Amino acid sequence: MEELLFLQREILPALFKGLKVSILLIVPSAFCGLCIGILVGALRVYGGAAARRIADIYVALFRGVPLVVQLFTWYFGLPHVGIYLSPFTASVLGFSLCSGAYHSEYVRGALLSIKKGQLLAAQALGFTKLRMVMIVILPQGLRRALPGCGNELIYLIKYSSLAYMVTCIELTGEAKILASHSFKYLEVFFAVGVFYLVLVSVAGRLLHYLEEHLTLPGFEHHR
Amino acid sequence: MKGSVTAMPDKLIAVWNALPYMLGGSLVTMGVVAGAMLIGLFGGIPLAVGQVYGKPALKRIIGIYIWFFRGVPLLVLLFLFYFGLFSLLDINLSAFTVAVIVLGLISAAYQSQIFRGSILSLPEGQLKAARALGMSDFKAVHLIVLPQALRLSIPAWSNEYSIVLKDSAVTYALGVAEIMARTHFVATRTYQHLPLYMAAGLIYLVLTYAGTKGLRILESRVRIRGYSHS
Amino acid sequence: MESAGFVSISEMEPILRVENVRKRYGKREILKGVSLSIRRGELKVLIGPSGGGKSTFLQCINYLVTPDEGDIWLEGRHIDHTHKRELYRYRQQVGMIFQDFNLFDHLSAVQNIEVSLIHVKRMDRKPARERAMAELERVGLRGHADHYPAQLSGGQKQRVSIARALAMDPKVMLLDEPTSALDPELIGEVLSVIKDLVANGMTMIMATHQIGFSRALADEIVFMEDGRILERGPPLKILSDAKCERTREFCSKITELYGEAD
Repeated sequence: MEELLFLQREILPALFKGLKVSILLIVPSAFCGLCIGILVGALRVYGGAAARRIADIYVALFRGVPLVVQLFTWYFGLPHVGIYLSPFTASVLGFSLCSGAYHSEYVRGALLSIKKGQLLAAQALGFTKLRMVMIVILPQGLRRALPGCGNELIYLIKYSSLAYMVTCIELTGEAKILASHSFKYLEVFFAVGVFYLVLVSVAGRLLHYLEEHLTLPGFEHHR
Repeated sequence: MKGSVTAMPDKLIAVWNALPYMLGGSLVTMGVVAGAMLIGLFGGIPLAVGQVYGKPALKRIIGIYIWFFRGVPLLVLLFLFYFGLFSLLDINLSAFTVAVIVLGLISAAYQSQIFRGSILSLPEGQLKAARALGMSDFKAVHLIVLPQALRLSIPAWSNEYSIVLKDSAVTYALGVAEIMARTHFVATRTYQHLPLYMAAGLIYLVLTYAGTKGLRILESRVRIRGYSHS
Repeated sequence: MESAGFVSISEMEPILRVENVRKRYGKREILKGVSLSIRRGELKVLIGPSGGGKSTFLQCINYLVTPDEGDIWLEGRHIDHTHKRELYRYRQQVGMIFQDFNLFDHLSAVQNIEVSLIHVKRMDRKPARERAMAELERVGLRGHADHYPAQLSGGQKQRVSIARALAMDPKVMLLDEPTSALDPELIGEVLSVIKDLVANGMTMIMATHQIGFSRALADEIVFMEDGRILERGPPLKILSDAKCERTREFCSKITELYGEAD
């Protein structure tokens, strides 16, 4: 009984407060990350040699270095060159740049899988470059990139918990504070685990639904 | 002018002085990663075999395990096990051990998916032939399925290695004295955050490279001549 | 400009004139100055060994491959391919059929056709759909309108791609070995669609190995090898009485391989 009361009076309000911050972190990071991923992915396929090299280096760096190191660099490191970011901004920046690098891998693969003949056909029909991108490349590329990018979004939800390490108090941070005060570590962290499970499962469901919705007969099979 | 000339060596000297200490951290990091990968391997194989060949009830239980460990963030699991579960059970474990266990349990969930994919990609005839020779199911899996499936899993395994390596930086939150913890420790004392984090990043890049390279060598060592799989 | 007696100018004048097209990739010269002109309603067939430049030449004609040198006139108008808008307008008037169909994989048969009507010709959706259905009807695939490329046979795909080109009301069609990626039993259905086009007076340049078809329908056969045109003339002449040794050799080989049947 006492446990339930604690859950209702203390845990849930704190976690919902944290959840709000987490979502505020995740949504812009997901959006910016995806934009970066599409841009960099396209650059790696259609860009000039120099642009391609730079994009490759960016991806290698941001995929190879742990996200914690990246976050610490933005939050603790940048002030040394005179740039001061709030914990929140540093987190969004770190998440966007890191997940952008991962997204670009999926986007790149998807763009490479579009058969060149279709681009010729579009040109032969008199499509402008822009129309070709909008009507032929993007609808196919995004469909092929969706499973990978979807996975990356789920990772982002989980890794958003690392914002706590640069003192951005989101879901995990609220839990840590509450647990340290009440000494009810197990209850609090179990509850926060359930929160993340729900978030991740809902996102997974939505992405799955989106994929199903966008499925075209036989499209996935020919590469 | 003078300031900028001396500032650059200052940064380098700070990194140089901290380097032995940070590299010592990479031993700790590698210890965490090796332990976690091993737990993941020996946990992942039975999970995968159970998920492919097990009874529905077993499959469901394994499914829940995987769902849980893939769905909850590492940081939350570290806190849950370190502050919550183990202290409730009155088991006194070091931060290092808890880090290895938690990363290992998560890796088992992910590795099981790798092995499952490899097992499913084997031609059905392999298992049939083994059974036709009178092997028990256990023997067939042990002698025929796994030796092939594990070989096929090495590329994905090297990917998993680099993920566990990067995730190990999070164990800093428990106070494990790995690369990240040591870097931050030095940084807060010397105020040379930027060059030190960059150096830490570089160490991780080197470790990733060395590990994936090593696994590629392993892959070619255990390769069966003429064996190809599509 | 010469205007000859009772024949109207538009019939005498070539609808499409291609002059001295050259193209090299690195050291390899693929096209060594090829010229060709075609009048309204004519069918010209390009034959010649693979790698002889037929496909590159066809792709140069609508600037899918940019020639290093050469000029093109459509209905007497010189095409400036560096001018984007003019290039897009020109391409709309020159239909292209590819060896491997190149249908848009994410669009159904009818969508493949209407997509360029809506976005390039700027037609409204309803008339575009009607037009697309009419074109599908014409190639005998009305019943397959909602099938996706992966659900169509090779022959059906090629017929959809022909319908897609026809919907743009092209003045000239370029066909790059339209049947050579098809299983033998599917070639007939595609050739019969092309025959209908000939009967309806479509102007076409077609690269093909289908000798029987060419003999029966081509106005001129053009033999291309090693980046140049070696010989050209009426089918009977080229196929049975060629001047050039190489042409004779190739024709006898091809007749043996692909036979008389069409």
